[in-house]
Amino acid sequence: MSATATAQGTPVQLTDLRRVYGGVAALDGLTLHLEPGELVALLGPSGCGKTTALRCLAGLEDPDSGTIEVGGRDVTGVPTNKRDMGMVFQAYSLFPHMTARQNVEFGLELRGRDRAARRARAAEMLDLVGLSQHADKYAHQMSGGQQQRVALARALAIEPQVLLLDEPLSALDAKVRVQLRDEIRRIQLEVGTTTLFVTHDQEEALAVADRVGVMSVGRLEQLAAPADLYTSPRTPFVADFVGLTNRLRATVSEGRAQVLGGSVPLLEGSAGGPEVVVLVRPEGVTVGPAGDAESGAGSATVVSASFLGGHGRVVARTGSDELVTVQVPNTDVTRYRPGDRVVLGPRGDAALAVSAD
Amino acid sequence: MTGQRARFRRRQRLLRWVVLTVVLVFFVLPLLGMLDFTTQGPGGQGRTLETWRTLANVDTISTDYPALREGFLASVGLAVITPVVMLLVLVPTMTWVRLRLPGLSRTVEFICLLPLTVPAIVLVVGLTPVYAWVYYLLGSSTLWLSLAYVVLVLPYAYRSLDAGLRAIDVRTLSEAARSLGASWFTVMWRVVLPNLRTAVLSASFLSVALVLGEFTIANLFSKKNLQVAMYELGKSDAKISVAVGLASLVFAFVVLFAMSFVGSGRAGTSPLARLRRRKEPSA
Repeated sequence: MSATATAQGTPVQLTDLRRVYGGVAALDGLTLHLEPGELVALLGPSGCGKTTALRCLAGLEDPDSGTIEVGGRDVTGVPTNKRDMGMVFQAYSLFPHMTARQNVEFGLELRGRDRAARRARAAEMLDLVGLSQHADKYAHQMSGGQQQRVALARALAIEPQVLLLDEPLSALDAKVRVQLRDEIRRIQLEVGTTTLFVTHDQEEALAVADRVGVMSVGRLEQLAAPADLYTSPRTPFVADFVGLTNRLRATVSEGRAQVLGGSVPLLEGSAGGPEVVVLVRPEGVTVGPAGDAESGAGSATVVSASFLGGHGRVVARTGSDELVTVQVPNTDVTRYRPGDRVVLGPRGDAALAVSAD
Repeated sequence: MTGQRARFRRRQRLLRWVVLTVVLVFFVLPLLGMLDFTTQGPGGQGRTLETWRTLANVDTISTDYPALREGFLASVGLAVITPVVMLLVLVPTMTWVRLRLPGLSRTVEFICLLPLTVPAIVLVVGLTPVYAWVYYLLGSSTLWLSLAYVVLVLPYAYRSLDAGLRAIDVRTLSEAARSLGASWFTVMWRVVLPNLRTAVLSASFLSVALVLGEFTIANLFSKKNLQVAMYELGKSDAKISVAVGLASLVFAFVVLFAMSFVGSGRAGTSPLARLRRRKEPSA
């Protein structure tokens, strides 16, 4: 998504956060800055520390060291209920004994708003998430997607300085998840609240965020716009974790890697040396039928060809016994059968090289 | 196949009726016996409602049987105080252990179940020095028995509340409430307790039932609750004593039924909630 965040909202600064559980560092010096109104997604595998970072920001966990600033104010030791943050949880968190409207009004009631103001704000928020007609329903009378929308309305109703989304879509089925994530982004842009979104789903992160931070073992590996993260991964972990990657042996000369009979420019931070492994995306490789006499560096044999809906995927084995995955238009999938001879080549996109050892 | 199934169903139905009848006979027969005894005429001849008329006359009961009045009021007081103290102690403790100290849950469970294994006489012997201080410092009201009763009801109340806490995601609900600005008191009062309603009610039922039927500890402490009063009355006026026994059973049944009527059902589906909805048009 290329939409840019509105310039309202509050800046957030996490500085050198550390949190250790039983000798294992869940956060190992995490530093992260969120611009006002920006939506940053923290992405990473289970146990990488992304949820711990969010919980520290929410005040639900105390960091062992480091500082948290919201709008320039140090809130590191401030209790959760004084932080003014709206939060949507992975688990359904609506209060079961309250209707959708009462749930949305709850935070406003705690802030001493009068009944009429609460009603009006709840109606406005439920309208924002498209659930006005469900205002009098209890959680058990709503679907999972509706419950999460109400939870979002409830979090936004209090006009929080920061909105925290802790894998809010992971309990939903695939279709609802896509609908709701787009809706979350629309609403976030509309209200302009600075938002931290934690997810393990890379598609989700790339689709909604202004910037995506990839985390591994308590550290931020890379923080970049989705397109930059995908096309210019700074570390092998990011290249591997975000999207599919072919690991291909290559030789380096004059800043370019010779691979599959062609050459690709190397990204900044690539390993040096005559022998490297380059990380090439499936869409960074071309495939075509081989002529009779072709047996060059790019020649390969098709192992499988799959139709994946919007696109297709061909897996081929090269002469040097490397398996290469290639993305092809879905209409081309039927052109390739296992055992066919094909010619592979790099499309020319810059790639990251890592040491061949 | 269909015939077999029909036979099976018939047999099941019959079994259900047999079980129900046996249970009813088991529970109702003693009550009928009590009713029969209290309505027998002089010398066992004929029927009279004299005993029940006496019992229904509050003034007579108060003047002629002051011990009964005293015991009744004490039992009612204990039936109110005991569940309240038990809930005040147990609900926050169990919620806090679940949220912050899950490692202690086994210890808390052990402590709460311990009274099951302690005979009443041992409990009284153990509590006597404590009560000596309580009486010395705070007076010797029968209502102080509620402290011992809280200990007695712990195992039953713990089981009910534990089941209730397991049924809801306390952690997420309390974190959601906290993030919306709720203090810990608000979390307990507005979020946790309403969602533990069924568990709280069943813990309270058990406490009230236990308190209304408790005799041993009160007697050993020489305190007069309803059961002790009935026991003493039985020595001089058996009919009134049995009538009070039957009335107290009916009273306990009515109290428990009323409690279950007020609090039964899911959020928004209890009889009271339905009545309220009928009265209030939705906005």
